[in-house]
Amino acid sequence: METATINNNFKSEEYFINMGPQHPATHGVLRLLLTIDGEIIKKVEPDLGYIHRSIEKMCERDSYQQIVHLTDRMDYLSSHINNEAVCLAIENALEIEVPERVKVIRTIIDELTRISSHTLWWGVMGMDVGALTSYFYGFRDREMINDIFEETCGARLTMNYNIPGGLMQDIHPNFIKRVKEFITHFKTKLPEYDKLLTGNIIFQKRTKGVGVLSKEDAIAFGASGPVARGSGYSCDVRKHHPYSALDKVTFNEALHTEGDSYARYLVRIQEMWESISIIEQLIDNIPEGDFKVPTKAVIKLPKGEYYQKVETARGEFGVYIISTGGKNPHRMKFRSPGLSNLSLLNHITVGGKIGDLVATMATIDIVVPDIDR
Amino acid sequence: MYSSLIITNNIHSWVLGWMPASVTDITEMIMIATAYLTVFAVLGLFLVLMERKVAAWFQLRIGPNRVGFFGMFQTIADALKLLSKELTGTNKADKFLYNLAPYFLIISSLMALAVFPFSQNLQAFDINIGIFFLIAISSIGVIGILLGGWSSNNKFALIGAMRSGVQTISYELSVGLSLLTMILLTGSLQLSEIIEVQKSGWLIVQGHIPAVIAFMIYMIAGTAETNRAPFDMVEAESELGAGFHTEYSGMKFAYFFLAEFINMFIIAAIGTTVFFGGWLSPFGITESIPWLGVFWFLLKAFALVFLMMWFRWTFPRLRVDQLLTLEWKYLLPINLFNIVLMAIIIWLNFTIQF
Amino acid sequence: MTNQELQELITTWFSGPESVHLEFTEEGSQFLNVSINPEYLHELMSRLKENNHTGFDYLFCLTGVDWGKELGVVYHLESTKHRHILVVKVQTSDRENPWFDSVQDIWPTANFHEREAFDLLGIKFKGHPNLKRLFLSEDWEGFPLRKDYEDEVNMVVK
Repeated sequence: METATINNNFKSEEYFINMGPQHPATHGVLRLLLTIDGEIIKKVEPDLGYIHRSIEKMCERDSYQQIVHLTDRMDYLSSHINNEAVCLAIENALEIEVPERVKVIRTIIDELTRISSHTLWWGVMGMDVGALTSYFYGFRDREMINDIFEETCGARLTMNYNIPGGLMQDIHPNFIKRVKEFITHFKTKLPEYDKLLTGNIIFQKRTKGVGVLSKEDAIAFGASGPVARGSGYSCDVRKHHPYSALDKVTFNEALHTEGDSYARYLVRIQEMWESISIIEQLIDNIPEGDFKVPTKAVIKLPKGEYYQKVETARGEFGVYIISTGGKNPHRMKFRSPGLSNLSLLNHITVGGKIGDLVATMATIDIVVPDIDR
Repeated sequence: MYSSLIITNNIHSWVLGWMPASVTDITEMIMIATAYLTVFAVLGLFLVLMERKVAAWFQLRIGPNRVGFFGMFQTIADALKLLSKELTGTNKADKFLYNLAPYFLIISSLMALAVFPFSQNLQAFDINIGIFFLIAISSIGVIGILLGGWSSNNKFALIGAMRSGVQTISYELSVGLSLLTMILLTGSLQLSEIIEVQKSGWLIVQGHIPAVIAFMIYMIAGTAETNRAPFDMVEAESELGAGFHTEYSGMKFAYFFLAEFINMFIIAAIGTTVFFGGWLSPFGITESIPWLGVFWFLLKAFALVFLMMWFRWTFPRLRVDQLLTLEWKYLLPINLFNIVLMAIIIWLNFTIQF
Repeated sequence: MTNQELQELITTWFSGPESVHLEFTEEGSQFLNVSINPEYLHELMSRLKENNHTGFDYLFCLTGVDWGKELGVVYHLESTKHRHILVVKVQTSDRENPWFDSVQDIWPTANFHEREAFDLLGIKFKGHPNLKRLFLSEDWEGFPLRKDYEDEVNMVVK
């Protein structure tokens, strides 16, 4: 009798904590409502909208040229690729054939953007599992890409380099030289990444078998990008629906079947190598020609529906335009990779520790403005 | 109780000159304590600066370089800033415990410094249970962390504090047992005598294989006990924000911060004393100049401090269950085996002595 | 499967009642569009996923649309096995209380996307376990993506 009451008094109890919106591991203003029993996670509920700017509503008001600029502000780490999705959708609708030069330059900058996004992710990933030094290594290499962007289009992050019909301006005369310099530099630095984190026993212990996502679940939850490819689901839009100059290059799709955080990590590292190889194939063969084809000052899309998907650093980014023939879209929908990828967070972190949640979230690699839009 | 350096003798006779003998003891204690507090507050600031410089060096940065010559006064400026900051607190915090916590931590770490022999006879307090005293004192600090985390009415702080409790209790064992291994060699707990024994070879050389194993375990456990990366579960900024001191500001935060760095120095100083011959010079090259002992002691201690910083800036953080697995499943059994090994080596007289 | 084959297969599933209103179109879109009476939406969707020949297991885009008079939802489906794409559309003219069946039991990803459609367009989903606002705060009035939404303070109208 006595022991029974004692046991009753000492029963474990679940409690809630608010992770975010100001929390170092949530990369921005994501708020997670955690239900926790001691250290073990029972439920994760994302609370979104802290940076919701209603971009889809603004698109219904703006002209098509203006919409391109809004897409920068969603996934700001893949801003160029987002721009490209909108431009491709508009070009398809208007049946504009852009010059080869534009296609090649777009693809090169896409891949540079992907590398720059992945280097930032790599730095932050290390920081999330407690290795602060990786952050600065990642930024060192990212800085060189940003310098290239700055020289060519004047901006470092939200570039606005694409316009419907081509590019804002031609590439800087130094562009080719500096991209080559970067490639030589980065090829020596990427093995350093492996030395610092990949082979580290503590890092492997922290990520192997953590946040396991099966291939079936990845598909059911609509995962895309490195998250889905870490689970063995081949979903690279660049392979399955090539756009721009991607049909001219050969590259391997990074695929791993384990589905844990470590697999997602390896996929991203491998993707950086693949991006280098794509750039190397294109950088010497930029065709001569115009950097844009003239379009009308007021673009009016013919009545209809247009869907264009591209592969950003985070996954499949889709643009869905419903046009009624006017100068603004009737409805504009952005399919952001982040929202779908985030929706599986609860599924794969329940049962783990707080540290596992942080490691898993780092490998899902969310950008909050991309989710909130 | 007092060292026999000429300068202290002079002070002693000077104080005795204008004061009744019964009061001199207390006066001198206060003087020594004040001197220690001043020196180690400055040492703490220097360690913070050193950490920032080392971190910068690891991270391809320059580090503090604006305030004073090569940024030498940066941490002093930081301390002044912290002094002038408002002391905030949470509503519904347990005010008494909340305010008490930082003092537990800083006092326990400053107390530990009293027993170190920095050079021959330069030692404030040479008790015959020196090592035991150090281990005992260093476990008091965790009470401060637990109180701070528990009383500040913040769940992140609470998780941090609970992790710290688990961690310190576990790794205390390894620190104690690895030091015990070396005590088998010295046969004394008194720090001055431990150094006396090492005049015929540093203990890490005398005890060779088990001593090296003990040193490695000691460094791992020591890093864990100071709550530094890769064992910084307590703070784990990517998981818990700032851990147990989330709700502290100004000088109360500074006490926590300073205590962490002084604890790091203490761990390095114990390591120096027990494994690397304390203030003894290598091969006795400066035996004729006793005051150089301070130099050798600090050199060795800072080398170990640098080692701990090296850990911090290269390793990722362990998860809390992995931390406990490492201690209870690996370090503790190895440690127990190591003690037996050391005992056998001493019994068979296999130690290396010059 | 080609669009033609898809169209023929889906037609055979709903050969019975007249009320299904199954319509196919490829006009003004690069994919095959199917529109259906909302009452048969869930049946169509589960068959599209379960059937081996269609195998639409990847819902990559769920869009709520205000067509002016009607409110509708557009589902973009892809098969990871056959790599074909299908667009399913449903509409309702009830603007006060628009209801559709939830498909989150077929594709878990629809959970968040349906909440988004509810949040911004006020479309309700029958059978959704947690239908509440996703982005906006709980006390927000109105549904911003509707064409008749007005907010004099926050909206810049050109």
